[in-house]
Amino acid sequence: MDNMTPVLEVKNISKDFFGNQVLKNINFSMEKGEILGLVGENGAGKSTLMKILFGMNEIAETGGYGGSFFLDGKEAKFTSPFDALDAGIGMVHQEFSLLPDFTTTENIVLNREDRKKSSVLSDIFGNRLDTIDRKAMEKNAIEAINKLGVDLDEDMLVSQMPVGHKEFTEISRELSRVGMKLLILDEPTAVLTESEAETLLMTMKKLSRGGISIIFITHRLHEIMEVCDKILVMRDGVIVSNLDKDKTSIPEITKAMVGREVKGGEGNKEGRDIEKLPDVMKIEHLWVNMPGEIVRDFSISVKKGEILGIGGLAGQGKLGIPNGIMGLYPAGGKVTFEDKEVKLNNPDWCIKNGLAFVSEDRRGVGLLLDESLEWNVTFTAMQAQNKYLKPILGGLIKWRDQKAIEEATNKYIKELQIKCTSSKQKAKALSGGNQQKVCLAKAFALEPKLLFVSEPTRGIDVGAKALVLEALKKANKENGTTIVMVSSELEELRSICDRIAIITDGKVEGILPASSSSEEFGALMISAGKALKKETEK
Amino acid sequence: MKKEIAQSSVKEKIKGFIDSFGWPRLIIAGFLLLLFLVAPLGGISILTSISDVLMRFGMNSIMVLAMVPMIHSGCGLNFGLPLGIISGLLGGTLSMQFGFTGGVSFLVAILITVFFGTLFGWAYGVLLNKVKGGEMMIATYVGYAAVSFMCIMWLLLPYSNPQMVWGYKGTGLRTTISTEGYYLHILSDFLKIKIGNLEIPTGALLFFAFFAFLMWAFLHTKTGTAMTAVGSNPTFAKASGINVDRTRTLSVIMSTVLGGIGILAYQQAFGFIQLYMGPFYMALPAVSAILIGGASVNKASIPNVIIGTLLFQGIVTMTPSVMNSLIHTDMSEVIRIIASNGMILYALTRKSEAK
Repeated sequence: MDNMTPVLEVKNISKDFFGNQVLKNINFSMEKGEILGLVGENGAGKSTLMKILFGMNEIAETGGYGGSFFLDGKEAKFTSPFDALDAGIGMVHQEFSLLPDFTTTENIVLNREDRKKSSVLSDIFGNRLDTIDRKAMEKNAIEAINKLGVDLDEDMLVSQMPVGHKEFTEISRELSRVGMKLLILDEPTAVLTESEAETLLMTMKKLSRGGISIIFITHRLHEIMEVCDKILVMRDGVIVSNLDKDKTSIPEITKAMVGREVKGGEGNKEGRDIEKLPDVMKIEHLWVNMPGEIVRDFSISVKKGEILGIGGLAGQGKLGIPNGIMGLYPAGGKVTFEDKEVKLNNPDWCIKNGLAFVSEDRRGVGLLLDESLEWNVTFTAMQAQNKYLKPILGGLIKWRDQKAIEEATNKYIKELQIKCTSSKQKAKALSGGNQQKVCLAKAFALEPKLLFVSEPTRGIDVGAKALVLEALKKANKENGTTIVMVSSELEELRSICDRIAIITDGKVEGILPASSSSEEFGALMISAGKALKKETEK
Repeated sequence: MKKEIAQSSVKEKIKGFIDSFGWPRLIIAGFLLLLFLVAPLGGISILTSISDVLMRFGMNSIMVLAMVPMIHSGCGLNFGLPLGIISGLLGGTLSMQFGFTGGVSFLVAILITVFFGTLFGWAYGVLLNKVKGGEMMIATYVGYAAVSFMCIMWLLLPYSNPQMVWGYKGTGLRTTISTEGYYLHILSDFLKIKIGNLEIPTGALLFFAFFAFLMWAFLHTKTGTAMTAVGSNPTFAKASGINVDRTRTLSVIMSTVLGGIGILAYQQAFGFIQLYMGPFYMALPAVSAILIGGASVNKASIPNVIIGTLLFQGIVTMTPSVMNSLIHTDMSEVIRIIASNGMILYALTRKSEAK
């Protein structure tokens, strides 16, 4: 029965960041030589789970985790990644951790260099000063590279390598460790070309035959289907499906990824007839160079008074659209708003002409963390529209009107139920949900004709979520604000939008009314996988 | 039990006060108080000491005020203050060269200073926009380079006023030029109050108050608000339609012009224009003064300027006289250097915390 002990068994793992639950009751196990595919939207908790398994410091620093996990039947308690390495877990991160000016060999055996017989120095100062044995190092490195089955030059400097080779160097390094049992690959194919990715997948199969278990995280579903034995789908910090590769299909995985429950959420069935509404904004051949969210060729017309949803899988470019139009990332193409051509790359023009944007990056773009709520709410309107200012000397001096600022801020605090001690409190002192409400208040203070909201409910609790969505609906209904909402939460889009455009690879894949079923949306998103697959075949 | 709770809350209050006030400021304030207390033991008149502190406050406060705009716009501490000072030196020397005397010479000096300050500040600002994140390092070298370049120019520029040029050669400016007959004590003696040993340089204080008020008012305007926001979060400001680079350049121009006017206020009280390496040593005292006043690398206010200048100049004035009279060795320079450099070091290490 001994060989039946799973390599990894995870029992009831949970984790919260200061009250914000990111993982709940995670249970799964892995056999020797098994490849486990882990999929889920951004923020589903995949990375946090992997950080726990790898003993990363930030887990302990933020209060540890609940539950436990077992390696070969023994409970693992890691206080640092070194413990994880010793226990036979290797991890290749999304970002490379390589020394650019060292060669492949040096990187692979770093800190585990072979040593020659002790020198005089090491006799005196201990074995940290042993002379290293370059020949033996090279031999070990080549062995690891061969195990991987790729063509790597062992003498090349990392800084001169193409990205794919860097990735392979990282994997070789993990493989060269003695007693490697479990390899965690966090989106390894994201930076690889198709042929390199293909090589990697083949290597993974070879490794698994050699008895190494692999946890494979990726957004490319066809890769999962190609190599994995089992597939875990995570969503909102829980495992929603545990699927067998042979008994599932890409549509089923996608549905599990994007839908809270398969038959859950009702679409927005208010059934407004938006077809008859006039166009308010026409976007033609928009491209945006936003790293990680590149928009390639996006065209759509936004109807006056509608709520348009923009969805799609992570990295397909949906976030780039509002960021590009509002001038935060370099953009091109033609956008007309109310018969005026929008000046791209010019936030000032956009705000002055009735556009507003609630950014997905609250702390980076959305807020002045070190300033009061008053400033956060009123600043943009003050600067772009000369609101909350008192003219002095016939308008020569524009004096800040403290009274008007306070009134406006308090009005929004009440309206949006922002929990704070006073309007003077600093934005950084608020919780995520309340910060998001402040961002909304900032946009409402502009009284925009068209409002872009990007991931308005990311990382905030359920109560705040409902409030934020309600506020958006209200603004749309009562003030006639046209809203373009970008979100990874399909259910959320379906609940408030009139129609939803799905973005794949920076282009519109299709536009459906919100009342369409999850399956239909899922089908649109999967074509992402199909398209990539086609490219691979080419 | 109740007593314990009360005690702990008092403790917390004290701790909160210390945290907000900052240990270094507390220590320096305590040290200054101590100096004033022991001064009579050394036979030093407290009133004379206070007069000294006030005079030095009038001399230095505008240069400290010059730090404020750049801190607000996120350009950090203006270690390139010598550039502003050089525009002030140009203002002063040109005004004398053109033959203006008395009060008029001071006004003309200010006008010329504003002209050169704007010009230099603009170029300096454009440079700092290219090195975002490393402003303070670059600013230091801008200061060094400007001083060295002007060392050459002071010799080469065709000045001819005999009061200013080297007597034996007839060309090239002297290292120190007396402001007597031009704008010596033009501010300090204006409405001066004299009660026994206590002298209050009302004019100099009013001159500072005027610029401090302008600065305070500016920070309450639309543009001033934008400047603070640019320093607080440049991306937020950009998303709100602010031209971040232009706002930063404006702050650098303001800082440079104020530095120039600051040195004019310094010269009229001190009595001499110090050329060549003179401006070299002016940035550090101004930087440490505003830090002692409680400013951080990205937050500063007018009270920071006033408190900081009083504390810093208090130490500078009091240590030589008190120390010398008590222990008969000159420790003052050492203590001044420890206080000013220590303060800068402290503030720079706290930079990350503030974010």
